[in-house]
Amino acid sequence: MSGPAAVPRSLVDNPLVSQWLALRQDGTVRLAVGKVELGQGILTALAQIAAEELDVELSRIQVVAGDTRDCPDEWYTAGSFSVQVSGAAVRQAAAQARRLFLDAAAQRLGGVASELVVEDGTITLRVEPVSTASTSYWALLDEVDLRVPVAAAALPAWRGPGRIVGRDAPRLDLPGKIAGSGFIHDMDLPGMLHARVVRPPAPGARLRQAPEAVTGALGVLRDGDFLAIWAADEFSAVRAAERLRRAAVWDVPEASVCSPQPEELTKWPARTTEVHAHHRTNGAGDGSDLRAVYTRPYTAHAAIGPCCAIARFASDGSGVLVWTHSQGVFPLRAQLARVFGLALDRVDVVHAHGAGCYGHNGADDAALDAALVARATQGAPVRVVWSREDEFAWSPASSAMRVALDASIHEGRISRWRLDVWSGPHGQRPGWNGDVNLLAAGHLATPFVSRPLEADVAPALGGGGDRNAVAPYDIADHEVHYHFIPDLPLRVSSLRTLGGFANVFAIESFMDELAEAAGADPLDFRLAHLTDPRARDVLQAVWDLASLTPETPAEGLLGRGLAFSRYKNSAAYAAVVAEVELAEQVSLSRVWCVVDAGLAINPDGVRNQMEGGIIQAASWTLKEALPIDALGVTARSWDDYPILRFDEVPLVRVEVLQRGDQPPLGVGEAAHGPTAAAIANAVARAAGVRVRDLPLTRDRIAAVLASG
Amino acid sequence: MTARTILKVNGATHEVDADPAMPLLYVLRNLLHLKATRFGCGSGACGACTVVIEDRAQTSCNLPVEAVAGRAVTTLEGLAPAGQLHPIQSAMLACQAAQCGYCVSGVVMAAASLLDKHPSVLTRGEIAAALAGNLCRCGAQARMLDAIEAAAAAREAA
Repeated sequence: MSGPAAVPRSLVDNPLVSQWLALRQDGTVRLAVGKVELGQGILTALAQIAAEELDVELSRIQVVAGDTRDCPDEWYTAGSFSVQVSGAAVRQAAAQARRLFLDAAAQRLGGVASELVVEDGTITLRVEPVSTASTSYWALLDEVDLRVPVAAAALPAWRGPGRIVGRDAPRLDLPGKIAGSGFIHDMDLPGMLHARVVRPPAPGARLRQAPEAVTGALGVLRDGDFLAIWAADEFSAVRAAERLRRAAVWDVPEASVCSPQPEELTKWPARTTEVHAHHRTNGAGDGSDLRAVYTRPYTAHAAIGPCCAIARFASDGSGVLVWTHSQGVFPLRAQLARVFGLALDRVDVVHAHGAGCYGHNGADDAALDAALVARATQGAPVRVVWSREDEFAWSPASSAMRVALDASIHEGRISRWRLDVWSGPHGQRPGWNGDVNLLAAGHLATPFVSRPLEADVAPALGGGGDRNAVAPYDIADHEVHYHFIPDLPLRVSSLRTLGGFANVFAIESFMDELAEAAGADPLDFRLAHLTDPRARDVLQAVWDLASLTPETPAEGLLGRGLAFSRYKNSAAYAAVVAEVELAEQVSLSRVWCVVDAGLAINPDGVRNQMEGGIIQAASWTLKEALPIDALGVTARSWDDYPILRFDEVPLVRVEVLQRGDQPPLGVGEAAHGPTAAAIANAVARAAGVRVRDLPLTRDRIAAVLASG
Repeated sequence: MTARTILKVNGATHEVDADPAMPLLYVLRNLLHLKATRFGCGSGACGACTVVIEDRAQTSCNLPVEAVAGRAVTTLEGLAPAGQLHPIQSAMLACQAAQCGYCVSGVVMAAASLLDKHPSVLTRGEIAAALAGNLCRCGAQARMLDAIEAAAAAREAA
């Protein structure tokens, strides 16, 4: 996936230029992509790449994304792959289109393509001494056929900043959203009905009896344990669903087994793989040893806007169109087709913007919910919105994890290092493991059951629980083992960074502990074990940046902490310094970050993503733990799952190290791990004691302090 | 059961036939087709549905429509004349103060109400405290505070 000659996966799957680009009579350029807007600004970045490569103004680019009818299949928007894979594909397709138009222009104008200059689509041939001949993309539309494969011609290496790429560009979708429009929740179709699902009171509950009609509802749908109503208006639907919920009788299973808390993970059946084994010595420990165990709890996506979908079935049941904010419209389409027994080409899935998407949330499930009810309404479109309670209860969660570290220091350097990580799965998306993996599908009379996973997210995709488990440091004897727990009662899947958050939190906390044991400064200790100059640069730069600001005067205990990571060891480099004050509360006062994303396509977009990642990660680190019991998630409201509030947000300063000569790297998940560890290291410095279990709440810190 | 209710929204008078218990949020979105006010939780805990009733910012998801009969309601759509942006909105855009953007309407309404009530300059901490009831999950709060500070300062300077 690197180097100018490598063909991006998205082009292998969608080889024709016309699948990506269309130039139109009105002077606009339609850019179709399979990656979708999740709030991360990717569509703007892809538009910048296309505009740069085509030599047109950014304003000419109109992006359509995630429509299975006429957009490329780019699988999921996940893993921080978009700018690297889709960006490369868009660049190649646009370059090919430009070549084709220049060839046509050369024919028309005489001359050779290489002599032509393009500016905002106008193509000029300089004819000595002073006159010019010109044409344009728009004048040549009839002469250029873009239904040709993108030639795998080697593009020059990325170089920037260019005219548009590498420069700040305002988000294309924000004006609409700031003015109050643009979400899937706002869609209003003629004749649209409103549906709500009444979910089982606990996983495994069986529906014994439910009324066939409910006041205020136009209809009740029961299919096995799947229960829903639809109504003419939204409020009626909400109230009818509540009536149905109260009237339905369920057989709830005897208390099932509760999913393990972090300290219990080692007792669960696991499959162990050796992720990394690198031995330069005979392995003999010959120095001071240090061991530590770090943990993180289950956490939730908890987006502000609940999941939503709209579906319209053909009245004869022969096909369905679904609007969704799913990360993967093509995989969703395949599973919807499977559930309904339809041919693929009878199922259309169209992406519309939802609230923030941070991984495998309930969007795909809501799509099936809407389609199931739509099948019962004789062709009327059906809109489903999840309640806040259902968001907490039924969205996939992110797995608890335990990371055990064991290392030796010899003459000031790490001589031996072993990391063991225990985790549940980090990916169980629709279609994975050969299963439908849609919530309602498991509740139907003829259910599609999700079986325990064969494996976690593959190494080629960056791994799951083992993501970032291999530390980036130069260590003579370095072992990493992953104890994958495939069968947790709780439904867990991908949340931003997957296993990366916990592994980086552990590794970077441990580096500080080792530095202290070695009597070394945390920055120097890391630099002593890093040869990658890009890693060294972000670390030194963030320390220098933070040093410009004197420590905030504080009434309580103050501390600063440092951390570094390269997401997946292949995406963006990020170093973070956090400053905390421990007084009545744990207060995160400031965070600094330096990020190297190679050629940052949209530097302000990169900054925005990193700031957001820092604040979100601060919330995970300081506050979040999803309460569960044997029947599943018990959280039902924001009171049960507090997140970082406006008055708890730090001052944040992010600097982007623009590396115009390096390929762009994904930043969407680069901030989280280092932020957690920087905060933990700051707390340790402030409190004088080390807390190794997330979240780092005031009570937890106080308990560690009290235990001496 | 429906009742005819007179509503004053964004300076216009509307007669709606609605269940008196229908939350104002649904009346705004579904009967008046004003989509900027958003559903987040249904219990007033996240602020996504914030509107201004007379001069007070309030959540609308847990406010029955009968409680606002005859009282001036302002939504995001009514903050500025059609086609224009309120200074806070302009500042949000200039600062690119959003990720997914879902919480923005509620934040802007709460902030607009705050600025209207406070002619003198507010500190960042005061703005943040006033927004404690508005949740943002993407982490755009820092930029939003920058934007609101900038809008407040511009107003002060004007």
